Amino acid sequence: MLIHPEEILETINMVTNEHLDIRTVTMGINLRGCCHPDIAVFNKNIYNRILRCAENLVKTTEDIQRLYGIPIINKRISVTPIAIVAESCQAEDFCAVAETLDRAAYEAGIDFIGGFSALVQKGMTPGDLKLINSIPQALASTHKVCSSINVATTKAGINMDAVAMMGHIVKQTAGLTRDRAGIGCAKLVIFCNAPEDNPFMAGAFHGIGEPDCVINVGVSGPGVVNAAVRALQNPNLGEISECIKKTAFKITRMGEMVGKEVARRLNAQFGVLDLSLAPTPAVGDSVAAILEAMGLESCGTHGTTAALALLNDAVKKGGSMASSSVGGLSGAFIPVSEDEGMIRAVQRGSLTLDKLEAMTCVCSVGLDMIAVPGDTPASTISAIIADEMAIGMINKKTTAVRIIPAPGTKVGDMVEFGGLLGTAPVMPVHNFSSEVFISRGGRIPAPIQSLTN
Amino acid sequence: MSSRRFVITVIGLDRVGIVAGISRVMAEHMVNIVDIRQTLMDDLFTMIMLAEVASENVDLTAFQEAMSAIGTELGVQVIVQHEDVFRFMHRI
Repeated sequence: MLIHPEEILETINMVTNEHLDIRTVTMGINLRGCCHPDIAVFNKNIYNRILRCAENLVKTTEDIQRLYGIPIINKRISVTPIAIVAESCQAEDFCAVAETLDRAAYEAGIDFIGGFSALVQKGMTPGDLKLINSIPQALASTHKVCSSINVATTKAGINMDAVAMMGHIVKQTAGLTRDRAGIGCAKLVIFCNAPEDNPFMAGAFHGIGEPDCVINVGVSGPGVVNAAVRALQNPNLGEISECIKKTAFKITRMGEMVGKEVARRLNAQFGVLDLSLAPTPAVGDSVAAILEAMGLESCGTHGTTAALALLNDAVKKGGSMASSSVGGLSGAFIPVSEDEGMIRAVQRGSLTLDKLEAMTCVCSVGLDMIAVPGDTPASTISAIIADEMAIGMINKKTTAVRIIPAPGTKVGDMVEFGGLLGTAPVMPVHNFSSEVFISRGGRIPAPIQSLTN
Repeated sequence: MSSRRFVITVIGLDRVGIVAGISRVMAEHMVNIVDIRQTLMDDLFTMIMLAEVASENVDLTAFQEAMSAIGTELGVQVIVQHEDVFRFMHRI
C-alpha cells in the first residue's frame, strides 16, 4: 500500500477528534456588469448574476465533502463592493440592494454573502456615503448579508472622518438589532489594508483586481495545532514552531486540494487558500488553548504576545511552503466570542481589551467579536477603531475591528449570538473621553516608509 | 480527482464477521479491493483497505450509506474517502 496506515489514521483523527475542517468555500463574483441607474433593474441584474454563478456551489461542495470525507462548514459568496457597482443607481439608500443580496443568498442555499462594502481610505464618493448610511437598516433587515468598510491603508493613511462616522454606524446597527443582542454588529467589519480575496466573513468582498468568478477557500484547524503542540514532550520554543509549521503544512495541502477540485467542477478560477486558525466554540478548538499549551497559565498574561507571534509566523511559514496560492488573511484569528479559551480568559480577568490590542500587532486581523457595554459612546468606539487602524497602517498589515456595543448590557454580562458566532463576555472600555480627538476629523497621513525604528 | 481509488477505514472492537460483512457490501457495489491491512491500535481493530470503484460514475453516496449501515450493524465505524486526501496531505 502506497499510503501509510499511520498517515491515514492521523488524518481521520484530525477530522473526528480535533475539529479539522474546511471552514468555508467562498465564491467571489464580479458584479461590475450589473450597473444600472434604475435600482430595481440593478437588483434584478445582481440577483440573476449571483444565481447564475452560484447555482451549483452548494451541491458541488457537498459532493466534494462526501468524496474526501472532510467537512466543509460554510458555503459563502463575496461580491464586488456594492458602493462601487451601485454608485450610479438613483436611489436614496441601498437597503434594497442588501435585501436582494439576502434573497439571492437564501435562494443559492449559502450561509453568508459579503460585499455590502465600501473602500473609503482616502475619501468618500456619494455612493460610498449612501452605502455607509444604509448599513444599520441593511444589517437589521437581512440575515446573511455582511458588510465591511476599509477606512485606512498604509499607502493612504487613515480617513478619520470615516472612522468618526463608523462609531455612530456601529452604535446605530446595534440599536436596530437590540432584540437580538446587537447581532448586526457581528456582520460589520472596519478594516485597514483589507485583502481583496479573503474568504472569511464578515470581511469578505470580491476585490476590483479579481477575476470574473473565483473560488477562495478558508481552512481552519486550531484544534489540530493545539493537539499537536500538547503531544510534544517538554519541547523548546523552536520545536513548538517546527511542529506548528508541519501541522499547518498538512492542513493547507488539504485545503488546496479541495479548492482546486471545487473550482474545476464549477468552471471557476481557483483563487487563494486562506489558512487561518479560526476558533469555534468547541472545547479545544481554540487559539487561546494553543497559547496556553505553550506554557502560559492563562491567555492574556505577560508572554501572550510573544507566543502569538510565534504561532502566527509558524502558521504562515507552513502554509506558504504547502501552497503557492496562499492569500487572504492567513494567520491566527482571535475572535473573543468564538473561542472558548478566550472567553474563559476574559472571565478570569487575564485578558483585557488593551492586551487584545497588543496581540493584534502580531496576528492576523484584529479586535474581533468583542462585546462592550451598550452605553459606550460612539466616539470611544471610533477611537478603538482608530487605534486598530493605526496598528495596521504602521505595520503594513491587515487589521480590523468587529465590535458589538450590546444594547442594555454592562461589564461582566454574557451576550449570546448562537452558532459559530458564540457567546461574548461584555468587556470594559476606558472611561476617559476621546470625543475631542475623534471630532477633529480629517486624515492621519500615510506613514513614512523609512527610518523604521 | 486523479483516480478511482478510495481508502476505506474500519475502526472498532474486534468481532467475527467484520471483514466478511464489509467486503460483501463492497462486492455488491462493484468495488474491488486493491490492498488490505489490519492492525490493532489501543485494543481497537483497525482495517484499512485501498479499493477501486468500477466506473467514475459510481453512486458514491449510496455506497457510503451502505458502508455506514453495515458498520452500524457490526458496531464499527466505516469511513470511505478518496485516496487523494492522504496523498495531498502527507506527500509532496
